Amino acid sequence: MSLEIDRTKALDLLRQMLRIRRFEEKAAELYSLGKIRGFLHLYIGEEAVAVGAMQAFTQEDALVATYREHGQALLRGTPAGTLMAELYGKANGCARGRGGSMHFFDASRRFYGGMAIVGGGLPVAVGLALADKLQGKTRLTACFFGDGAVAEGEFHESLNLAALWKLPVLFLCENNRYAMGTALARHQAQPDVTLKAQAEGVAAEAVDGMDVLAVEKATKRAAESVRGGNGPYLLEYRTYRFRAHSMYDAELYRTKEEVEQWKQRDPIVIFEGQLREWKCLTSEDLAAMEAAIAAEIAAAVAEAEAGPWEPVEDLTKDVYTSEQF
Amino acid sequence: MTKATYREAVRAGLREALLGDPRVFLMGEDVGRYGGAYACSRGLLEEFGPERIRDTPLSESAFVGAGIGAALGGMRPIVEVMTVNFSLLALDQIVNNAATIRHMSGGQFSVPLVVRMATGGGRQVAAQHSHSLEGWYAHIPGIKVVTPATVTDAKGMLLAALKEPDPVFIFEHAYLYPTEGELDESAMVDLTRAAVRRSGRDVSIVTFGGSLWKALEAADRLAGQNIDAEVLDLRSLRPLDTSTILASVAKTHRAVVVDEGWRTGSFAAEVSAQIMEGGFYDLDGPVARVCSAEVPIPYPKHLEDAALPNVAAIVQAVRQLVKSRG
Ligand SMILES: Cc1ncc(C[n+]2csc(CCOP(=O)(O)OP(=O)(O)O)c2C)c(N)n1
Ligand SMILES: [Mg+2]
Repeated sequence: MSLEIDRTKALDLLRQMLRIRRFEEKAAELYSLGKIRGFLHLYIGEEAVAVGAMQAFTQEDALVATYREHGQALLRGTPAGTLMAELYGKANGCARGRGGSMHFFDASRRFYGGMAIVGGGLPVAVGLALADKLQGKTRLTACFFGDGAVAEGEFHESLNLAALWKLPVLFLCENNRYAMGTALARHQAQPDVTLKAQAEGVAAEAVDGMDVLAVEKATKRAAESVRGGNGPYLLEYRTYRFRAHSMYDAELYRTKEEVEQWKQRDPIVIFEGQLREWKCLTSEDLAAMEAAIAAEIAAAVAEAEAGPWEPVEDLTKDVYTSEQF
Repeated sequence: MTKATYREAVRAGLREALLGDPRVFLMGEDVGRYGGAYACSRGLLEEFGPERIRDTPLSESAFVGAGIGAALGGMRPIVEVMTVNFSLLALDQIVNNAATIRHMSGGQFSVPLVVRMATGGGRQVAAQHSHSLEGWYAHIPGIKVVTPATVTDAKGMLLAALKEPDPVFIFEHAYLYPTEGELDESAMVDLTRAAVRRSGRDVSIVTFGGSLWKALEAADRLAGQNIDAEVLDLRSLRPLDTSTILASVAKTHRAVVVDEGWRTGSFAAEVSAQIMEGGFYDLDGPVARVCSAEVPIPYPKHLEDAALPNVAAIVQAVRQLVKSRG
């Protein structure tokens, strides 16, 4: 195999995946220390999906994600310290600490959350795209959701609406094979998500979600089609979650062997191997990359630690606004 | 009496129901392989098999509706909706079908359906996972709404619900699952009567579900301040045992209603109105309410604590009311 992309770009993809991984490993550690509470859904194992996909979007595009959204938010450019502060529930977090892990928001980057009701983001994404279409804007809305979401009526209703009105939406299904403890094949009579999309009139294809370059390529192609005014597109990224559904679960629903087998396909390890093979990556490169990420994350933790708590008097602030709109 | 956690009590109730009636089956998200989001059904798939312990897709409207259909068709389904937050996706089936079919059909059809779901906040899971909407459900005629607060009720009300010819919605406060209590196997558990959990002379603290334990703790603190509080556990919100509430108020002449729902339009408002209508002349002062603040529940602990009813707020509301006594 020969080098398909330039070295700087390749190293950047690796760096972004590593950055998400290390951020979340730190978050998991902080969870055990009680610094982070509530639910914490880790993306570990799925990094190639967000990293590959996000190469296809501009800052003009809108993003809607789920409760497993740390990766997307980091990629979008929200500073790691702001996100870590949100995990802590501090007022310097990206949602003033009110949302925590499941509810990252960043208006300045058109990051519309952080939605924790399964399937709940899809209709909103359709509406964002409708607003763009009505205003003659050519940007797109990308909506991430899990394989579990395809069981909800909102999935089918949203795809149909987007197709019917030819809206610029990219539906991005992160198929990690499980909805909590229920395997896709055990909750879908037709487990091929692309066929469901096609039945709704939405162009669709499946991609290896452990291969960052494949994800990037497919997503760019799909985005181009959407930008070209051809209506919505669905991509099904076939991936795997290495950790529990949230911080703890008994994992009664899958075998250790299965998890181990998928770990053999760790998107970071694989890509690292590819880069070495292509002579793009030396051990020094990697060490430097890890050191820079470690420093960034240490600074993020410091920022979260130093951040203020929102005063209790502000409890009911922002339920409504009195500002003129 | 044996010691059991709330979740063990629910599981014991499920087992007894499944063993006792071949028409009973359990369905819901992750009730099988995963063992239940709150581990209430752990081990039941292995014991009863996938026909009777059915994992469903994330299709709340479809599987709650299918529960209605199965009940119409002669089964005794227990549907587990993981949490009340997700039951919102099944509202149409609940409000327009489960609640109406008997009356709308001129009494021809029964829907003997049991729906269980976790409810409540207090676990730092933020605005989309912390709803307390049982009071909202209690607005709807045609369904029964119960809120077991003790381990004995956790098991007993489930079994009692299965004997009902009409749909029963059981709200289990998520905070209670790991808590331990005395499981009284011989108790005659009904679905209709409120229970006096602590008797007192000075004030009636009326509450239900997860708030019961806060009310009892408040009553303990108040005892140290020479205030003798009675604590009433409503147990059932629909039907509501108004006579037990009024009897308590007739004795204490003061009432504080504690409800984790938002204050405006809360179930506490209904209780307050019932007292006003039936016990006005017994009152020495206005009925007070301790409810959740009017805000989507925030994630950080200090804000969540401030948003939800807490022991200090109950104590303060009672002291305020009792201050005026002669
Ligand atoms: C409507 C709704 N039902 C149930 C849940 C509880 N729940 C949260 S995540 C989840 C599994 C979702 O699986 P999937 O869509 O595949 O996403 P993944 O967690 O695998 O990324 C469930 C059942 C929820 N949040 N919303
Ligand atoms: Mg999944």
